[in-house]
Amino acid sequence: MARELEEYLRPGIDSTPFCPGCGHGILMNLILRAIDGLKISMDEMLFVSGIGCAAWIPSPNFNADTLHTLHGRAIAFATGAKMFNPQLNVMVISGDGDLTSIGGNHLIHTARRNIDLTVICANNMIYGMTGGQVASTSPLGALTSTTMDGNSYRPFDLCKLVLGAGASYVARYSVTQPLALVGAIKKSLGIHGFTFIEALSPCPTQFGRRNRYDSPADMLKNLMERCISREEADNFSDDELKDKIVTGEFTNE
Amino acid sequence: MGYRVIDSTFSAGHYYFSGNEAVAEGAIAAGCRYYAGYPITPSSEIMERISVRFKDVHGVFMQMEDELASICSVIGAVWAGAKAMTATSGPGFSLMQEAIGYAALTETPLVIADIQRAGPGTGQATKVASGDLMQAKWGSHGDYYIIALSPWSVQEMYDQVIDAFNLAEQYRAPVFIMGEEAIGHLRERIEVKAKVRVFDRIKKKGAPPFGTNQDDGIPPMPSFGEGEKLLVTGSTHNEIGIRKTDDPEVHSRLVSRINKKILNNRESIIQTGSYHLEDAEVIVVSYGFTARSALFAIEQLRKEGKRVGLLRLKTIWPFADEIIHDIGQKAKKIFVPEMNRGQIAGEIMKYATCEVIPYNQTNGEIIHPHQIIKEVRSIL
Repeated sequence: MARELEEYLRPGIDSTPFCPGCGHGILMNLILRAIDGLKISMDEMLFVSGIGCAAWIPSPNFNADTLHTLHGRAIAFATGAKMFNPQLNVMVISGDGDLTSIGGNHLIHTARRNIDLTVICANNMIYGMTGGQVASTSPLGALTSTTMDGNSYRPFDLCKLVLGAGASYVARYSVTQPLALVGAIKKSLGIHGFTFIEALSPCPTQFGRRNRYDSPADMLKNLMERCISREEADNFSDDELKDKIVTGEFTNE
Repeated sequence: MGYRVIDSTFSAGHYYFSGNEAVAEGAIAAGCRYYAGYPITPSSEIMERISVRFKDVHGVFMQMEDELASICSVIGAVWAGAKAMTATSGPGFSLMQEAIGYAALTETPLVIADIQRAGPGTGQATKVASGDLMQAKWGSHGDYYIIALSPWSVQEMYDQVIDAFNLAEQYRAPVFIMGEEAIGHLRERIEVKAKVRVFDRIKKKGAPPFGTNQDDGIPPMPSFGEGEKLLVTGSTHNEIGIRKTDDPEVHSRLVSRINKKILNNRESIIQTGSYHLEDAEVIVVSYGFTARSALFAIEQLRKEGKRVGLLRLKTIWPFADEIIHDIGQKAKKIFVPEMNRGQIAGEIMKYATCEVIPYNQTNGEIIHPHQIIKEVRSIL
């Protein structure tokens, strides 16, 4: 965390709860950098999160109103707060399991209603806090504590899912693309409507250890190699795209 | 802050309402301005009326994707400053249980009207029962306490919803209206008064929102957007909301306080109705729709010179333990007719020293006066 962003942290917070090498600390930094860049007052922000590692990004760290909710229900809580008091600038920050598996129904319905929320999904492709079980976002073949022979089921394409449900703005970037990710968060905060950002964030402890990544740095390098832009993707064959992650902004236009 | 008297949003006078319509009007009168719900028989008329009437009072109505989202969005709206409610029936009430525990632990005031139908499972959606009373008390995991009221008329659906909002705000706890299908769909003449007594949330800038040294055990409650930098969490937390998930002392203190703030104040919360108790040898203890039949039955038996009485429980939880103990010392027998398998009879047995005779009916029908007359005659 950069020193100049410390004013956004709750007094008394002197460390993050994340494992060494976790991408969520970088994401925390980038979210605050976007808020700082837009000069949004933390007094008007409400951060809502569910259950899981990513839910601890705002709660208790951010010096603003925070609502740490039930597993899967963050977007439903956020809807109530935003609809009753539209003056609140409501950002939901939670993980892939929380927002897209147990909370998947709320995600698509809130996108359909186009409720004015910014949702940041920290996607580490696994259930980190509970010990590394397979998620709805785990890649085919991924080794997890419940798929020791490899994951048999396809993962969600979260951006297509949320865009298809009717969101105003959808973007996917990795924490290894910090400037693009800050830009997407800033853009989403300026859009009146449902916006969704999939932030790819490595989990060395639960995903990396089981899937042959020797160090957190290897996971970051792997993300850097696999993340390509939508423009680059146009020049790749389907076979070449298999191992790639297409990043960028996605809209219905 | 605290109690004040305001003008009713509805013109004073007499109206012919169904019980469910009365719940909607009572909620609006009490200041409810956020409602989220999901359709379910036999409660849907509450949501339908709210969706129309909220336009007149600038309330926010949301029909959500399921009951989980309904109750969770209610909690979000409450922390944003709203008085808020939802309504449902058995299957939906089951789905809401996790969030009810969250509301209890985060001390979120809210109201749920559970218009009970015949369960378990999908059961008989259009038929009556009182089978959710233990679920109201213990449906969510862990140790917590809530307040549950039991209306017996359309008038009381209106009045008790106002009471429910006031109790929720005063004690910072979930409060349930345990209506039954028969009252939800019953139509009766009710009186709407020109003035309503409402309780407004106590606020105290900078005070810890999750702990207090006051004897009543109820901390003040700020809202989002007031600059308090609130930390609301369903994990165990200290008095300012910081998670303390491995501190035995903090957990013990929090769980103890959220129970005691209701139990220690139960004398001022509990309401009952007494009929011919003075010299009664057999006392019928009843609540909800069944208490209507019970009152008719004991009036008939009194005409025959039988020494019978009725204690009506208007409040189910906290339970009227001391009152039950007292009547059990005077009466020879207590008779408990219920549209369930004896949920309240079991509670009465804990506190009454005399014989307690349950009478249970789970066939989706109301218990008629003639059934009670026959049974009470046989034990006199």
